[in-house]
Amino acid sequence: METKKFKYIYDKPEALVDKVTHYCPGCGHGIVHKLLSEVIDEFGVREKAIVVAPVGCSVLIYDYMNFDGCEASHGRAPAVATGLKRVNPDSVVISYQGDGDLLAIGTGEAIHAANRGENFTTIFINNAIYGMTGGQMAPTTMENQITATTPTGRDPMDVGYPIRGCELLNSLEAPVFIERCSIYDFKNTLKTKKAIRKGIKNQIEGRGYSFIEVLSTCPTNWGMKPQEAADWVKDTMVPYYPLGNFRDN
Amino acid sequence: MSDQILMKGNEALGEAAIIAGCRFYFGYPITPQNEVPAYMSRRLPEVGGTFLQAESEIAAINMVYGASAAGARVMTSSSSPGISLKQEGLSYIAGAELPCVVVNIMRGGPGLGNIAGSQGDYFQSTRGGGNGDYRQLVLTPATVQEMADLTVLAFDLADKYRIAVLILGDGYLGQISEALTLPKPTGKVFEKPWALTGAKGRKPNKVASLRLVPESSLEELNLVLDEKYKSISANECRSESYLTEDADYLLVAYGTSSRICREAVNELREEGIKVGLFRLITAWPFPAEALREAADKAKKILTVEMSLGQMIEDVKLSVKDPERVDFYGRSGGMLPETDEIKRRIKAYGN
Repeated sequence: METKKFKYIYDKPEALVDKVTHYCPGCGHGIVHKLLSEVIDEFGVREKAIVVAPVGCSVLIYDYMNFDGCEASHGRAPAVATGLKRVNPDSVVISYQGDGDLLAIGTGEAIHAANRGENFTTIFINNAIYGMTGGQMAPTTMENQITATTPTGRDPMDVGYPIRGCELLNSLEAPVFIERCSIYDFKNTLKTKKAIRKGIKNQIEGRGYSFIEVLSTCPTNWGMKPQEAADWVKDTMVPYYPLGNFRDN
Repeated sequence: MSDQILMKGNEALGEAAIIAGCRFYFGYPITPQNEVPAYMSRRLPEVGGTFLQAESEIAAINMVYGASAAGARVMTSSSSPGISLKQEGLSYIAGAELPCVVVNIMRGGPGLGNIAGSQGDYFQSTRGGGNGDYRQLVLTPATVQEMADLTVLAFDLADKYRIAVLILGDGYLGQISEALTLPKPTGKVFEKPWALTGAKGRKPNKVASLRLVPESSLEELNLVLDEKYKSISANECRSESYLTEDADYLLVAYGTSSRICREAVNELREEGIKVGLFRLITAWPFPAEALREAADKAKKILTVEMSLGQMIEDVKLSVKDPERVDFYGRSGGMLPETDEIKRRIKAYGN
């Protein structure tokens, strides 16, 4: 008897572990994890990939990626990635960091790794808040945004304006690729994947440091439904954090 | 001896690291250890290694963490305030069980202090300056020869136990020039199946200290670490007993202060006073049994430190009748004086 054969046309990436994540409904991390793992599979580099996990909501990313993973202390992922990559230049190293990690406690490491042109790829998730600790003000929290530590809204006269990561790094000579994207809708999610693809390709080709900022959602700590959160990225964050490529050398 | 050469302590340490197979060094400038990074920046490229001046002590120890996770033999060096900055990294290194060698060429403190040699970081080194339930091996060289020999040993111990090994020197030892015979490589090879080398033909490796879930609990990790620490305590205590067998009086010291004590012992012996010296070579694990034995017959035990009294706590915990233990120390970069040691011993009388 002939068995009808079905062919998968869309399957789970090999680089992604098949398990339920701890992320909240509407959180952007799951989407970006999937994009990263798809790109790793596209280039066939799963067996040389190492993800450096930050401290923050994505601290457990190494449990979701089906390749080697390394924890870093808060903000130090670029230094850890530097050590990993310098020892094994053939590996594919991704530092995956949040906004508190990269632009508050780890600003020094982020700037200096980029300035040295370290040959790894940073994925920077900007959701304008500290998620894991319960919604405190981040360096990227928007003006007037209410958080657990800005109960009347962020006052720039008191705690400064939100920091723009791409623009900051764009003042440096060494980085080869800097782009800000978002996952608030499907079209932008595809653009994000394209940027991640470019960042990984640059690394495989030994071209140097790539930085991909992803404007992401935190419905839980923003006190919104998932769709409201996606709209808030588009309507509130994007005007302050313009999407687009800053550098593609 | 024809194979003897003259080297500064800090440079002998650097060369010994290269002999031991260290090919990665990350550090940040601070006096009085600057000869180490300068030496490594010149020598490592000659042997195909990597020297990188980090943007901070914190970045440096985290680069060490990454390089160690990738399976390399790696070292960083600093001096007291810089070592303070590395404590968070050392705690993570303990939790993730990563081997590395960390050199502290101690200077005076607290705070910025001064740049003269000191032994004020004994507590920080042996008690763990970072958070959590952990230990690290602490080696205490007293000569340039030992700076080199213990560095070679440090790399083997680090790999054997997957632990940070601290070389606790001081500014005087780092700066002094002495004749030494460069050590030979031990040739020991340590497999590192846990290293992050890419998940080819194996499951993904993870280097981490985070333990949130019950099926892989933090207490489980703590107990594994505890077993390791017990094994190190049982097997790696090192010390030197000098003229202690018939000693009525015992000096206890390590590093630079032990050199001053040795001189005092020799001079007092010439006067017919029976004094001995017990010198630590490991500060953790503390050689308690050997000290207890060496101190057994002593009427008085004088602990001599370049601090206002830190190692003395371990001495008191180790010996019988701890009321015999007395203290003499100088701090702030000052050295204990031979004459003062002699005066105190003589004052004990019979």
